[in-house]
Amino acid sequence: MGGVSFPREHGGGVKAWARGRWEEVLTVRGAAAAQSGELSCLMKRAPADDPARGAPHGLGSHTDSRKEAVFIMSKRKAKDINLTAGECLSEVQRLLRERLCHQHLPIGPVGMESQYKHLLELLKRTAVHGESNSVLIVGPRGAGKTMLLNLVLKELMEVDEAKKNILLVRLNGLLQTDDRIALKEITRQLNLENVVGDKVFGSFAENLVFLLEALKKGDRSSSRPVLFTLDEFDLFAHHKNQTLLYNLLDISQSAQTPVAVVGLTCRLDVLELLEKRVKSRFSHRQIHLLSTMDFQSFLCSVELQLSLPPDFLDRRFSEDWNAGVKALCKDKSAEAVLKKHFNSSKDFRSLNMLLMLALSRVTVSNPAIRPTDLLEASRLCTSDAKANILHGLSILELCLVIAMKHLNDIYDGEPFNFQMVHNEFKKFIQRKSHSVHNFEKPVVVKAFEHLQELELIKPMDGSTARSQKVYQLVKLMLDHTQIMEALQKYPQCPTDVKQWAASAFG
Amino acid sequence: MSVPLHHPGYDEDRVQLLMEKLPCRETQIGTLLALMGEPEQYCYPSIFIYGHRATGKSHVTQGLLRELELPHAVVSCVECVSAGILFEQVLLAFFGSSSTDSLPRNPFLSDFVRIYRQLCGQFPATQTRYIVLDKAELLRDMDANLLPGFLRLQELVEDNLTVILLSEIVWDKFRPNTGCYEPLLLHFPNYSKVELQQILAWDTHPSYSPELYSSYINILLGVFFSVCRDLRELRHLAALNFQKFCEPLEAGEAKEKDSHKLWRNIEPHLKKAMQTVYLRDVCSVQWEEAQSEEREVADLKGFSVHDHVELPYYSKYLLIAAYLASYNPARTDRRFFLKHHGKIKKTNFLKKHEKTSNHLLGPKPFPLDRLLAIFYSVVDSRVAPTASVFAQISSLVTLQLLTLMSHDDQLDAPKYKCAISSLVTLQLLTLMSHDDQLDAPKYKCAVSLDFIRAISRTVGFDILRYLYDFL
Repeated sequence: MGGVSFPREHGGGVKAWARGRWEEVLTVRGAAAAQSGELSCLMKRAPADDPARGAPHGLGSHTDSRKEAVFIMSKRKAKDINLTAGECLSEVQRLLRERLCHQHLPIGPVGMESQYKHLLELLKRTAVHGESNSVLIVGPRGAGKTMLLNLVLKELMEVDEAKKNILLVRLNGLLQTDDRIALKEITRQLNLENVVGDKVFGSFAENLVFLLEALKKGDRSSSRPVLFTLDEFDLFAHHKNQTLLYNLLDISQSAQTPVAVVGLTCRLDVLELLEKRVKSRFSHRQIHLLSTMDFQSFLCSVELQLSLPPDFLDRRFSEDWNAGVKALCKDKSAEAVLKKHFNSSKDFRSLNMLLMLALSRVTVSNPAIRPTDLLEASRLCTSDAKANILHGLSILELCLVIAMKHLNDIYDGEPFNFQMVHNEFKKFIQRKSHSVHNFEKPVVVKAFEHLQELELIKPMDGSTARSQKVYQLVKLMLDHTQIMEALQKYPQCPTDVKQWAASAFG
Repeated sequence: MSVPLHHPGYDEDRVQLLMEKLPCRETQIGTLLALMGEPEQYCYPSIFIYGHRATGKSHVTQGLLRELELPHAVVSCVECVSAGILFEQVLLAFFGSSSTDSLPRNPFLSDFVRIYRQLCGQFPATQTRYIVLDKAELLRDMDANLLPGFLRLQELVEDNLTVILLSEIVWDKFRPNTGCYEPLLLHFPNYSKVELQQILAWDTHPSYSPELYSSYINILLGVFFSVCRDLRELRHLAALNFQKFCEPLEAGEAKEKDSHKLWRNIEPHLKKAMQTVYLRDVCSVQWEEAQSEEREVADLKGFSVHDHVELPYYSKYLLIAAYLASYNPARTDRRFFLKHHGKIKKTNFLKKHEKTSNHLLGPKPFPLDRLLAIFYSVVDSRVAPTASVFAQISSLVTLQLLTLMSHDDQLDAPKYKCAISSLVTLQLLTLMSHDDQLDAPKYKCAVSLDFIRAISRTVGFDILRYLYDFL
C-alpha cells in the first residue's frame, strides 16, 4: 500500500481503523475539522517512499523489459559478437516491432519539441512547486498525444523530487464509462481502497465525499501532488452532470492539494461539450498537436523509425541495415510511395502500419526492406475494401448492383425497392444478355438479401418497416466510380455485363 | 504476392502440414504468419480480417493458432449476449478456470482490463496472446466502448496481445463517429472457380473414381457458380445431388466415360435444386425423399406457408378487394366497378405518362370504405352476405384471434372486422392506421400477385381484368 503513508500508531488493523474513522465521519457531522489531521496524513508528502511506487505504472513495464533486453545483450556480447543472419534479423524484428506495434517510446519528441517543452514545464510546476493546473492536448488520432504525455512523464520521473512525490492517476474514457467506475479506479490507483473498503460505505456520493475531502484537506506545501491523465477526454464530458470533471477542475482551481489534470482528446470542439460551470473552471490551456511536418522531416522520421540503435549487438549488421534504410529513403519508387502516403495522412500510426507491413516481409532470404516491399505494403494499406468485396460477388449479384447503379442514374439517387431492381435486371436479360440466364425470382431475391447482409445496400428506415420485403425501399451504398473500377478488375466478367454497366441507360 | 517460405520461430513441418490442411490459402497463411512474426515478438495490436462467407477466415486463423500452439482465445460474438460472457471466455482461455472468480456479475470493460492486468502480472506472456473475435460486426451492437476498447486493448492491458477481428462486412461500416485505433486490414479473397473445383473434389465418393467426382463437380459449378460462390453451400449441394448423378451408372445405362449422358441426366435436377434446395424452401430430407420417389419437384415447391393458406369464401373476396384497392389508383374505381360509368375516354383513362406501374412501387394504403365498396361490387351478388355466414366466418376467425390488433375496435361493421382482422393477423393485410385515425383505419394488402391469382382462380375471378397495370 506504499503510496499514501498511514500513521504508524494505527498499525495492525488498517481496515478497522478506517471503519472506525469513517463511521465517526458519517455520524458526527461537521466534525471535519477534527479528523482533518488524519485525512491530510493520507496525502502527506512522503519523505522517501518505497521505490516501487515511484515509477507510475505504465512506464514500469517498459523499463523492465528494456533492462532485461540489455541484460541478455550483454550476456551475448561476452560470448560472440558475430551473430548469424537469422539471429540478427530476429533481433531486428524484435526491436522494430516493439517500436511499431507496441507503444515503445522514441528517444525524443520528433516534430513536437515546443509542445513537449510546454507540457513538461507545466507538469514540473505541479510536481515540484505544487501548483495546480489543467491542460488539454488536442490532436487527430495517431498524432502522438499519448506518446507525448508518456515522454513527458518519463522525463518528469527522472527529476528526483517529482519522482518521490507525484501520485499518478490514469483514466481512460473508454474504460471509465461513468463517474462511479472512474471514482473507484481513482481510489484504487491512489491505493486508498483499504481505507474506503466496500463495506464501510459504497455509495457514489460517499465515495466522492471521501475523495474530495482527501484532496481538499491538503495544501500546497505539504501534500503530494496528484496528476490525473484523462485519455479520451471528450467521453468524460458525456458522464452524467459531468460530476467528475467538475470536481477535478474545481480542485485544480483552488489552492488545495496540488492537482494537474491532463486531458487527451481528438475533438477540436471539446470545450463546447463542457457545461458552463465546468468550462469556467478549466484553465483553457490547450496544446495542439497538429502536425506541420513537411515531407523532408517525414522522410527523416521514417529513417529514424527503421534504423537500428548504435548499441545493437552485431555492429557490422547494424551498419549494413542502417545503410540499407538510408538507401531506401533515397530510392525514387520508395519515395513516391511515401509521398503518396504523406499526402493522405501524416500521423504516426498509419505510418507505423505501413512500415510494419513492409517489415513483415523481411526474411533471411530478403534481409532488408526493399522498395518493392514498401510498394506492396502500401498496396495492402490502400486497397479499397468495398472493391475487394465486390470482386467476390457472384455474377447475379453483380448484375443486381449494376441494375441499382442504373436506377440511381435514372432517379437521381432516390431510394428504390427490389421490384424495380428486378425489373431492370429482367430488361437486361431480355434485350442484351447472352451469358446470364434468366433466374427465378426467389433466386434473385436471395441474391438481393445477400447484398443487404453485406451492407452494400441499406434499407431506408421509417414508414416502410411494415411493408413487404420486395417493396422495402433501399439505398445503394456504393459510388458510381467504385462500381466501374471494381468491374474492370472483376475476374472473368462477361463482356455483355460490362457493356451493360457502361451503357448510359439500362 | 510471393509467399515467404521460411517462417522463423515456427516448426517448419507444422507450417508445411498447415499449408496442406488449408488448401488454396497459402498466400493468406503466409501473410498472417509474417505479420505475427516469431511467437515472442510483438504483433500489430489489432488485425481486421474481412472477406465473404466461407472464404476460410475463421478456419485459417483458428487452424493457425491451434496448430502452432500459440496462446489464444476464440470467441464468437454471436454467443455473447452480454459483454460479460465475452470477457469470461477470454480470461478462461488465457488464465485458467479460477480467473473468472473475481469478475463481477455485470462486468464492464474496465473490470475486465483491471483483472486482466492483475492476472497478466502473475502470468506474464512469453508469447504473443491472440484474441480472435468471430462475427465482429455484432460488437457494434454492444456497448459503444467495446469495439474501440478491444482495438487498443494491447495498450490498455500492457501485454503482448493482439486482437483479431473477423467479419464479412467492410471496416468502413465499423468506424465509430469520433474514430478509433485503426486496425490492420487484411482481405481474404474468394476461392476462384479452379480453387473451388480443387477443394470440392477433395471429398470423393469411395465407390466411384475421383475423376468421375471431379467431372460431377465441374457440372455442378457450371450451374451454380454464377449464383453462389459459397463453398459451404456448394458442398452441401454437391453431397445432396451426387446420388442422382450416379443413378444411370448404377442402373447400368451409362458408363463413367459417358459424360454427356450423365450431364443430360443431372442438369435438370440441378436446376430444380436451385429453385428449392438452394433457397431453403424445402429441407434436404424432404428433397431426398422426393428424389427417390421421382415426384415432381413442382409439388415440393409449395412448402412455404403462403401456398397453403386456405381461406373462407368471403375472406378470399375481401382479400381480392384489398389487392385491387392497393394496386389500382382510386380514380379508376369508377371504370372498373360501376356498371353505368358513363363515358370515360380511353385515352384519358390510360394516362400513359404514368410509366411506373404500381406493381413496381408496391401497394398503396386504402381506407376501409373503399375496400368494402369494392368488395360488394366484386363478390357474387347472388350470395348475399347474411349474418349466419359472417357468424361462421367469425367463429372460424376466433381461432386466430389471439393477436387481434387492439386499436381497430371502432369499426362500424364488426363482422367484417373479424374477417379483416384475421387477414391482418395472417400478415396478408397490413394495418396502416395511426392512433389519431381511429375512425378511418387504413389497410395495405400484403400478398404477392402470384398468390392473389391463385386465390382468385379458386373463386373463378379473373383478377387481371381488374388491374390497372395489366390493361
